[in-house]
Amino acid sequence: MTTETIEAPRSARVSKRSTNFEKWGWLYMRGSGVLLVVLIFAHLFTNLIAGEGGVKAIDFGFVAGKWANPFWKVWDTLLLWLALIHGSNGMRTIVNDYVGNQRLRKIIVLALLISSVVLLVLGTLVVWTFSPCPAGALPSDLPSFCPAQ
Amino acid sequence: MSTVLEERPAAADAIQKFTATMMIRRFDPDTDTEPRWQEFSVEMLPTDRVLDALHQIKWEQDGSLTFRRSCAHGVCGSDAMRINGRNRLACKTLMKDLDISKPVYVEAIKGLPLEKDLVVDMEPFFASYREVQPFLQSSSKPDKERLQSAEQRARFDDTTKCILCAACTSSCPVFWTDGQYFGPAAIVNAHRFIFDSRDEASEVRLDILNDKEGVWRCRTTFNCTEACPRGIQVTQAIAEVKAAVLRGHA
Repeated sequence: MTTETIEAPRSARVSKRSTNFEKWGWLYMRGSGVLLVVLIFAHLFTNLIAGEGGVKAIDFGFVAGKWANPFWKVWDTLLLWLALIHGSNGMRTIVNDYVGNQRLRKIIVLALLISSVVLLVLGTLVVWTFSPCPAGALPSDLPSFCPAQ
Repeated sequence: MSTVLEERPAAADAIQKFTATMMIRRFDPDTDTEPRWQEFSVEMLPTDRVLDALHQIKWEQDGSLTFRRSCAHGVCGSDAMRINGRNRLACKTLMKDLDISKPVYVEAIKGLPLEKDLVVDMEPFFASYREVQPFLQSSSKPDKERLQSAEQRARFDDTTKCILCAACTSSCPVFWTDGQYFGPAAIVNAHRFIFDSRDEASEVRLDILNDKEGVWRCRTTFNCTEACPRGIQVTQAIAEVKAAVLRGHA
């Protein structure tokens, strides 16, 4: 048969190695999705069902009480990072699907990136520098449970 | 013996003909700027298929109606079209299975350039098919056939059924968006060789499909699985290729 005379191609396919980001993006969406199911439902349960008074009990004092515990600080930071990146990566996917114009696509994806980074930094700062009774504040601005009040 | 024959009802009387309304999306590139719907009435038997209705229109009413068909028996994959909003083969869709109290809407498959009436340019579809190297690649040169166990053959049996009709790819919403995505059919045909024990180029194909426009664009909407006239579990095949890319081998 002729197969004996055909040699293998001289050069194999050269891998482009350009974007493996899509693979990691896909993996991230699966991983963060599974974690978020646990994080979000536990968050909803402790805020709405476990405590006395349900949704009406959520106020400044409730949040201050929760963030007095480092466990909830870590929990809420995880929730913030996983959910925000999950959401903005989903938005990026939709933009790549529906925005045909390359220039416009780049502008929107860049805007998404910037807004996500700003929100992540601001959110993390709020969670970790939160102080319900800052020193030097006017007593009238402070909530009722602060000792200076 | 003869009494049995006499008691048999006359076959011609038993089969009732009915009139069906066909709405065909026509497009003539020489005269039309936009496709338009045209209504036809056809006399059908319950055993007739949508393809028979199209034949009746082309042969008896309007010879300019343009569509593709070759074998007319669900094997060649030429006559995939959108029938009542679903991608199907005209030669495998019986009129009696459709709601003929309403018009039957027939249009070209979506996402590929429309050429005329029900005919689209299949080149982008075949271009991505060619890109996944859909042929056996092996360095061994056996004197006889390449042996394979029944289990090894069963591993990729489902994806050998593809007839390249493009019903899956042209039902995929991701393919509709910009046509850059490889599409389900190309991934199905890559799957057919990636999981073939005789083939040695799985890693190359996995690398090709680990692309920006590769398997990661699949959103598992299952449109492809629903559209496949051969009943291939297309979405599952894509998921298996994704898992293989993550593993790095078949």
